[in-house]
Amino acid sequence: MNRNISFTINGKSVTLLVDVRQSLLEVLREHGYTSVKEGCGVGECGACTILIGNTPVDSCLYLAVWADGRTIRTVEGETRNGDLSEVQQAYLDAGAVQCGYCTPGLIMTSTAFVEKNKDNTSISRHDIKRAHAGNLCRCTGYETIIRAVEQCLTPEKPNQDTHCKCKAESGE
Amino acid sequence: MFDFESYHKAESVDEAIALLAQNPKSIPLAGGTDVLVRLHQHHQDYRHVVDIHGLKELKEISKNPNGVIRIGSGVTFTTLTEHPLITGNIPVLAQGASSVGGPQVRNVGTVGGNICNGAPSADSAAPLLILNATVVLKGTQGQREIPLHEFYQGPGKVDRMESEILTSIVIAPENYQCWFAKYHKYAMRDAMDIATIGCAGACNIEGGLVNQLRLAYTVAGPTPLRCWKTEQIAKGAKADESLLELVKSSVLKDLRPRDSWRASKDFRQHVIQTLAQRVLQAILNQCGEVKP
Repeated sequence: MNRNISFTINGKSVTLLVDVRQSLLEVLREHGYTSVKEGCGVGECGACTILIGNTPVDSCLYLAVWADGRTIRTVEGETRNGDLSEVQQAYLDAGAVQCGYCTPGLIMTSTAFVEKNKDNTSISRHDIKRAHAGNLCRCTGYETIIRAVEQCLTPEKPNQDTHCKCKAESGE
Repeated sequence: MFDFESYHKAESVDEAIALLAQNPKSIPLAGGTDVLVRLHQHHQDYRHVVDIHGLKELKEISKNPNGVIRIGSGVTFTTLTEHPLITGNIPVLAQGASSVGGPQVRNVGTVGGNICNGAPSADSAAPLLILNATVVLKGTQGQREIPLHEFYQGPGKVDRMESEILTSIVIAPENYQCWFAKYHKYAMRDAMDIATIGCAGACNIEGGLVNQLRLAYTVAGPTPLRCWKTEQIAKGAKADESLLELVKSSVLKDLRPRDSWRASKDFRQHVIQTLAQRVLQAILNQCGEVKP
């Protein structure tokens, strides 16, 4: 049940031999893209979120053969020449990472959301929450994650303020 | 690794039908958000897969000059939520679609799959029922069209023959023009949850009186259900607060909610009545905004 599939991942073209029964999650992890995490395996937690084109998708419920001809992004491709992406930097600034297991999936969801809404001035916290509702963080660090996304959409807000506010409110 | 024995990728609807006819035990795989979950373990009904994921001919939404809206079965919930033909003409369906699962599931899951798996909780079903939607099925015997409420036969059971593909869902203009409609999903969480009760209502109001009411529920019986008796009673009623009481007192006669680990029958009955009132109130408000 093997097929050859070709796709572009993080800007690189690859051709792989896959079993039609494999999920894209399995194939990506086998080939070293271990930022893609398996959490629930049934599309509820979002730890395996990747972008197909610019669309967040749970790679655990996506056949690897469906990726044929598509463009895929994982968090491995977001850092370029050692520079973090805007979203990655915002997560760092906001202290939005605790255990880190959900982070790669969340970064991809945030990246798609920020890119789609870069010029949208009417984005509310509710919109951010809704867009991230498919990603669970068992450390429950949601508040800082939302702030990281807010920082990306309102860059004039100084990073330092966000950081201090976060510390004050979380009582650290 | 998913657990299935054979896999065929269809390049067209006709090829999918031929593949399904060749092996009557095979199942169509579209978005995969339900079927692939079941394929994690050995499942005797899911051994042979005909892959219709990404078939372009199932992904179209169109409106013809007469106002007939045709939605391809492979349209995702995200597309239903954002497409101007849906948000502009039948926003109640966008409300239903936007309440499904989470964003990743909505990006892949399809409306055809939501209907064909026969789930009593399908969020697209209640809005489609009050839109008097018909489903178009194509198989080796040709094409047929049946009303959605007849397509549902029991929990997980729909009137799809083994070789058939549900190709599209059709909504006629008389079922959405001059109607006010609303869907409300009640669940334990705001996202990533199955409805405890879902309620869609639509009202056609003339001169302050209810010309026609349509009301449909999910998780209030073995399939998504229309409230035929209540709809009959509401005919000619005053389109004001008294309608809320009238519907509340009648709606339970149309439905068969049951106890499950998600919610008790009593609680569901309470939610059914409450949602009827909320949905109708929202409809009356819409109506008031249009005709001040």
